Amino acid sequence: MAAVDFEHRVAFNPMSEAEASRVIGVAKRRDFLFAILGVFVLVLSMGMLTALIVDLLVDGLARIDYDFLTSFPSRRPAQAGILSAWVGTSLVMLTTALIAIPLGIMAGIYLEEYAPRNWVTDIIEINVSNLAGVPSIIYGLLALGLFVYTLGLGRTVLTAGLVLALLILPVVIVATREAVRSIPLIIREGAYGMGADKWQVIWHYILPAARPGILTGAIVGLSRAIGETAPVLTIGALTFIAFLPPSPVQPEFPFLNFDWLTSPFTVMPIQMFNWISRPQEAFHINAAATGLVLIAMTLTMNAVAIWIRYRLRSQARS
Amino acid sequence: MPEAIMNQETYRQSEFARASDPSVAAGSRPNAISDTLKADVRGLSFWYDQFQALKNIDLPIAEKKVTALIGASGCGKSTLLRCFNRMHDLYPGNRYDGEIVLLPENQNIVDKGIDPIRVRLKAGMVFQKPNPFPKSIFENVASGLRVRGIRDRAVIAGRVEEVLREAALWDEVKDRLDQSAYALSGGQQQRLCIARTLAPEPELILLDEPTSALDPIATAKIEELIEKLRDHYAIVIVTHSMQQAARISAYCAFMHLGQLVEFGTNETIFTSPKEKRTQDYITGRFG
Repeated sequence: MAAVDFEHRVAFNPMSEAEASRVIGVAKRRDFLFAILGVFVLVLSMGMLTALIVDLLVDGLARIDYDFLTSFPSRRPAQAGILSAWVGTSLVMLTTALIAIPLGIMAGIYLEEYAPRNWVTDIIEINVSNLAGVPSIIYGLLALGLFVYTLGLGRTVLTAGLVLALLILPVVIVATREAVRSIPLIIREGAYGMGADKWQVIWHYILPAARPGILTGAIVGLSRAIGETAPVLTIGALTFIAFLPPSPVQPEFPFLNFDWLTSPFTVMPIQMFNWISRPQEAFHINAAATGLVLIAMTLTMNAVAIWIRYRLRSQARS
Repeated sequence: MPEAIMNQETYRQSEFARASDPSVAAGSRPNAISDTLKADVRGLSFWYDQFQALKNIDLPIAEKKVTALIGASGCGKSTLLRCFNRMHDLYPGNRYDGEIVLLPENQNIVDKGIDPIRVRLKAGMVFQKPNPFPKSIFENVASGLRVRGIRDRAVIAGRVEEVLREAALWDEVKDRLDQSAYALSGGQQQRLCIARTLAPEPELILLDEPTSALDPIATAKIEELIEKLRDHYAIVIVTHSMQQAARISAYCAFMHLGQLVEFGTNETIFTSPKEKRTQDYITGRFG
């Protein structure tokens, strides 16, 4: 190392007190301005959302009562209810979850852990991300052509569950991949280092650790699916249904009944869409009330997910 | 397989020669030692894709002794250690040449025909940073047994207690075995990882800088533990601490740029190294 030449170095005076105050002052002002901007943006966006919900509450809250939840739709707004709509939504979401979550997790794990790194895999990966951006009505058209006409599944709960499952599959796949990828390398190497085979590593070490992330993705997907109108409308969900699908559980053996899968149905967004397009003001109030129930269902789903995630985390860390 | 038979023959001969006259054995192959061998690295080279990280390494690993690998960062000592349990097979593009023969079964564990899982079941590894699994303390220690398909609860519970005692951790954790391993301190976590490695009774224990993330007190405890274990297991340790290598190892190998510069007993390396580079490194003049 060459010795520093103290004789000929560039003159550099230490900063004066006043100069330091000025530099710090500029930095602090910049921080403050950015924070103000952030708060402004936050208040604006949250304010709009709050206004929306408050508007729904003002219009619809008074309309929600026991009768509203347990009545079928009717020509008279005061007697109309959303029984068939919320039951339909629940059954369709159940179908969607049962199809999309296992398939999405399996696909995500395959892509992350098993797929060879070649151009076929690259194409699949690009397509998965692109599918997440395809407009939902396109999925509706696909379902109409494939599920309803070609496969002859009809305008049923099963068809709706399938199309919404397709719609959210990319979300679940991407979330699974992210969650699996975020497992620290040392955990993975530790498991392999014990002599675990690939299946054991994935099943006993990676999946349990990735569960919170996968769950988040699944819920985000389902929250999107619950509000979807276009694809369900495209496959021809009915807007006026005065009966319920057969119950999934029955008192006789084998206690589970799958006839509901092939039953016609309606869902809450469609019920809302139908009511909002009527001229009578009273139906608009019904629509607002339905919207509130829909939001409540989504929030409940999110709350359950947060609770499960919290449980999983404290199990692992406590 | 004539080659395998020949290797076996050569091994028997050299073993015989060594037993009768150590000086003959010392001349017959590089880096010969008078102890019983647990493993023998013969002409091992290793490539990360195009980059050759290990160059023709010859290194005996003595049974029930500690062999320390020392050298500056990037010299290939961790790479060499990770060959012993085929960790490199997890990533594409890595290539071995030469042999690591595990004894007495006389099996070349870097042979392509041998499943890396089979090798890892025999050679347990402890990593630089404590890496307990996000499970309970009990389950962490039991994991190696479960991987081997052991289901009998009594057997597992018995073995868990046994190795936690061996790892000098039992008294600290016996009342909270079902708590998460993350609740332990760093030093305790590392002893837990050592217990986890001991549980399935490995033939070879690989320690990859096991104390580099720990404070001096926790380090002292781990060293104490290694001193206890070395009477029962063949241990290979990679360490950056010269003092640690001097304290706990029976044999020491100094590596530089992928080559084994010098190998010898602890005494030779630390008091009268033959190579100038070894001397410079252990006295702190470079690295």
